[in-house]
Amino acid sequence: MSDVLIAGAGITPFGRTEHTTGRRHAVQAVNAALADAGIPWSRVGAAFGGSDAAGLADTLVAQLGLTGLPFVNVKNGCATGGSALVSAVNAIRAGMADVVLAVGFDKHPRGAFDPLPADWGLDEAYGRDGLMVTTQFFGMKIRRYMHDHGISPRTLALVAEKAYRNGARNPNAWRRTPIGADEILGSGMVSDPLTRYMFCSPGEGAAALVLCAPSVAKELASVPVTLRSAVVKSRRFGSFEVFSPWIAGGELTSVSRDAAAAAFEAAGAGPGDVDVCQLQDTESGAEVMHMAECGFCEDGEQEKLIASGATEIGGPLPVNTDGGCIANGEPIGASGLRQVYEVVRQLRGQAGDRQVPGRPRVGFTHVYGAPGVSACTVLSR
Amino acid sequence: MSVIAHQVAEVSKVPAPAGLRGSRCGDCAVTVYPADDACPRCGRATSPVALSAVGTLWTWTVQRFAPKSPPFVPPPEGFRPFALGYVELPEGVRVAAVLDTDDLGSIQIGMPLRIEPSNGVPHAIPIEEA
Ligand SMILES: [Zn+2]
Repeated sequence: MSDVLIAGAGITPFGRTEHTTGRRHAVQAVNAALADAGIPWSRVGAAFGGSDAAGLADTLVAQLGLTGLPFVNVKNGCATGGSALVSAVNAIRAGMADVVLAVGFDKHPRGAFDPLPADWGLDEAYGRDGLMVTTQFFGMKIRRYMHDHGISPRTLALVAEKAYRNGARNPNAWRRTPIGADEILGSGMVSDPLTRYMFCSPGEGAAALVLCAPSVAKELASVPVTLRSAVVKSRRFGSFEVFSPWIAGGELTSVSRDAAAAAFEAAGAGPGDVDVCQLQDTESGAEVMHMAECGFCEDGEQEKLIASGATEIGGPLPVNTDGGCIANGEPIGASGLRQVYEVVRQLRGQAGDRQVPGRPRVGFTHVYGAPGVSACTVLSR
Repeated sequence: MSVIAHQVAEVSKVPAPAGLRGSRCGDCAVTVYPADDACPRCGRATSPVALSAVGTLWTWTVQRFAPKSPPFVPPPEGFRPFALGYVELPEGVRVAAVLDTDDLGSIQIGMPLRIEPSNGVPHAIPIEEA
């Protein structure tokens, strides 16, 4: 299939503010992406975007300019950014337009992500009796994984320690103060074995990408990055997801494994080719499991890899170089495109204090979320 | 029977059902709880099935803080941290349950449990090993 280029990437500071709306974040990110590409808004032929809880993306034209372009709203949970990106790629490949925007944004208050049983097709008893708590799922999933594959609580703490350390080197991150592993382990149990500082928090922010056909390259202000594949998948039977009254027996299936394998196949590349990657880290355990599910190691190898510094900036497989969700927070609609933004900066050698050394050539991004969706991309320069 | 479920049953004079009632697909042998008309794997019609009352703990965690109300309804005596997990049954299904134990330090993956319906979600009680 024909290549699609990322012509420009923009982002806003992540975190939590009093007055900035999600839509304002989005407009700022889009304008930053356009400036990065050196492309005027009037040149954009189609747009795809969305948020989970901060409004409709197609209304952004009131601030961006009423040019008449088709603007499609995407609402796909944690895969919102990824689905917008896939739609943009397909629009370019289908000849709908040669310059296309993908934007993801969100703004969640403290304590968001507390849903009601009826919204999930569950009996009221699951809420009444205290089983509608997202953190329980993360605790139970990593508990079983640690049991099966010999992962220690200290490894979970090291993942969070790295996130805060990388966040401190990222001017757009929310959590920019390094926190040591012992303090993370002692920060109070939320859902055993996960402690408070191992979790990300609901937050706000936006990221945007301007994509184009190769024929547009000569118009661009920045060096483009090639988007070699973008894939979104939903879960197959036998996975373990949040708010499940039951799980099928036998070995678990994984939507992340499926999406990553499909993305690598479409890109004609493998995990061994990747120089920098961003993996969903809703909490520390997720990053550990996703390293294996996305094909970067065997189950259980994380225990030694993480202790040896393999996933640090400067290690053989830098993971979540911008601090990930743990340091940036989780604005659901924005996280997937934040990851792509970070890889674009890394592949261009523009990641500042957090630049991966050795001129990385290939990057990978992965998001995962409820109710069992995953989006992955492979990028190269 | 759990203390809470026992009290509720006494007050309401409604006896709890005998065991967990699930459903099973005749084609692909997938068993689910709670019972569902259609198989989540192949979509075909299912039949009711009585699930085993004894299984092993597949994974677990502890709810340390009172969940948000609503939907959570704290017990009359006030919130206390409680354990929850999935109980793996011989029918090839892992069922979410509240674990009725005050000894949170004794919980281990693989421990045998008796699982019972309640007026809410299933409850599981550790079985003392001889
Ligand atoms: Zn079936």
